[in-house]
Amino acid sequence: MTRQNAGQGRAPQAPDPRADLVLQVRDLHYAYPPLHEGDEFVDVLRGVDLDLHPGEFVSVMGPTGAGKTTLALALNGIVPRSTGGRYRGEVLVHGASTKEHEVAELAPSVGVVFQDPETQLFCMSVEDEVAFGMENLGVPAPQMRTRLAEALALVGMSEYRTRSPRQLSGGQKQRVAIAAVLAMRPSVIVLDEPTSGLDPIGKHEVFSVVEQLRREHSIAVVMIEHECDQIAQFSDRVLLLEAGRVITEGPPADVFYDQEAVARAGVCIPQVAEVATELNALTGSAHRFLTVADAFVGLHDQEVA
Amino acid sequence: MNVAALTQPTAQHPVVAPPLITVDHVRHVYDNGVAALDDVSVQIGRGELIGLVGQNGSGKSTLAKHLNGLLRPTSGQVEVAGLDTRSASLAEIAQHVGFVFQNPDHQIFCSTVREELAFGPRNLGLSPAAVESRVALGLEAFGLEAFADHPPALLGFGLRRKVSLASVLSMRPDVLVLDEPTVGLDWRSALELMAIVERLHEAGHTIVLITHDMRIITRFTTRAVVLRAGTVVADGPTRSVLLDTDLLRATQIEPTQVVRLSGELWPDQPPAFEVDELVQRWTGEGRRS
Repeated sequence: MTRQNAGQGRAPQAPDPRADLVLQVRDLHYAYPPLHEGDEFVDVLRGVDLDLHPGEFVSVMGPTGAGKTTLALALNGIVPRSTGGRYRGEVLVHGASTKEHEVAELAPSVGVVFQDPETQLFCMSVEDEVAFGMENLGVPAPQMRTRLAEALALVGMSEYRTRSPRQLSGGQKQRVAIAAVLAMRPSVIVLDEPTSGLDPIGKHEVFSVVEQLRREHSIAVVMIEHECDQIAQFSDRVLLLEAGRVITEGPPADVFYDQEAVARAGVCIPQVAEVATELNALTGSAHRFLTVADAFVGLHDQEVA
Repeated sequence: MNVAALTQPTAQHPVVAPPLITVDHVRHVYDNGVAALDDVSVQIGRGELIGLVGQNGSGKSTLAKHLNGLLRPTSGQVEVAGLDTRSASLAEIAQHVGFVFQNPDHQIFCSTVREELAFGPRNLGLSPAAVESRVALGLEAFGLEAFADHPPALLGFGLRRKVSLASVLSMRPDVLVLDEPTVGLDWRSALELMAIVERLHEAGHTIVLITHDMRIITRFTTRAVVLRAGTVVADGPTRSVLLDTDLLRATQIEPTQVVRLSGELWPDQPPAFEVDELVQRWTGEGRRS
């Protein structure tokens, strides 16, 4: 059952809990440069903090314009290196500041997968696609073949290696995009709305692959998503971002039950959380359902009692 | 917001026969030989709000594009407001059917929001005064007045979505086909958009809604058509279609959490469809399973 697995990837509490952090965001402020000279800078992030342990799955939710994509791009240094603008605070990848290291140096550690797989896939075959990033990094050929095979196996796409990406379904394309990032052996993958536009089968494929990566390979995951049902089921922590600030952060069983923060961010919560919230108000119960299975067990027990 | 102002008086009638749209034994084969639709028949009455459901590749978008003549049947027939789409021009059909694409950028191309809303009515040959009046109503209905002279391409995604819907409504079509209108929107914006769709429906528009979001299908549509591999596998009142768990499993469509939970709690009863229904049943007598 997934709930039981949810915390497994998290590192045990060491004496210094920060010692094994793969990623740290410290009081990050960012403003994009104005489009026209003389206009104001556009504040997007206004003091964001985030610690990420190996194998941790953190979801970021919030309204359009909250700064979610900007945060994702700051994690591997694209912001501010390619975007300019005003930047304060810092992002540390394995303790190394993105201010002092090139995007190309950070790319192997922090892999980013974007919303629309179409914009990331451009090669003739699935294997060329996955090899592309490694070629750019100068990975030697024998090692490249091993990593290619591994990455495709991890996302369950081995049998498609000679296919053209154009012949694949949306979920399969997104899995190839994830494989291309995995071949770089990142310790963190950042996914920006990876299931937007996919059908339910495709969404399920993406969440399953990501869940497996963090559980079996301790890859930390930062996922920007609107799909509250899957976020509740799979995430260790949820971060609600609004107007460039983290308005609340914690395990899904806390965040989805923080009615004020949920209303402020305008995000959806799982229907079973709505059910629990209403029942708690009516009957004084203290349910914290996150999945249909939770809710069934909780209500069934209550009935038997 | 005054969406009713965007409705033409003729669209105020309740559902009446004959159907506004008839899809009759339609087969569609793409140039690459793939049969995307195979013997599909659907009748759509005036004033319906229909959900079109199915996995990607099931034929939903192909069917939707037959409703506005963007695609024509390889065999069979599609009739829209008395026009046979094989012989009618796209412009004629466009007066009856507005199509809102999944990606608003596929239909936004003017330099200002105002121009975007004026484009359709001007092409219909309306007088400048009539065009101006429709633009003003559209800007007001969607709260876009402040952005009238902005380039739509520079607006945020939610606003571009509204511009694409407003520009289609400027043509005052009887029928609106919405292809995944809530994709890429945050939940609050998705609900705002669905509130607009609901008001348009109440004002008499016929609406065909393609979405994977079963919460939206359950809450907003009265009829659901389920497609699988190019054929219609279910067509009926949404709540009846959602009762057919075998069919949904076979089409890999997962009902909402409330429907699934009530199925587990009360396997012998029809499910609750909304949170309130489930909570009421649980706290009331239905708690005895």
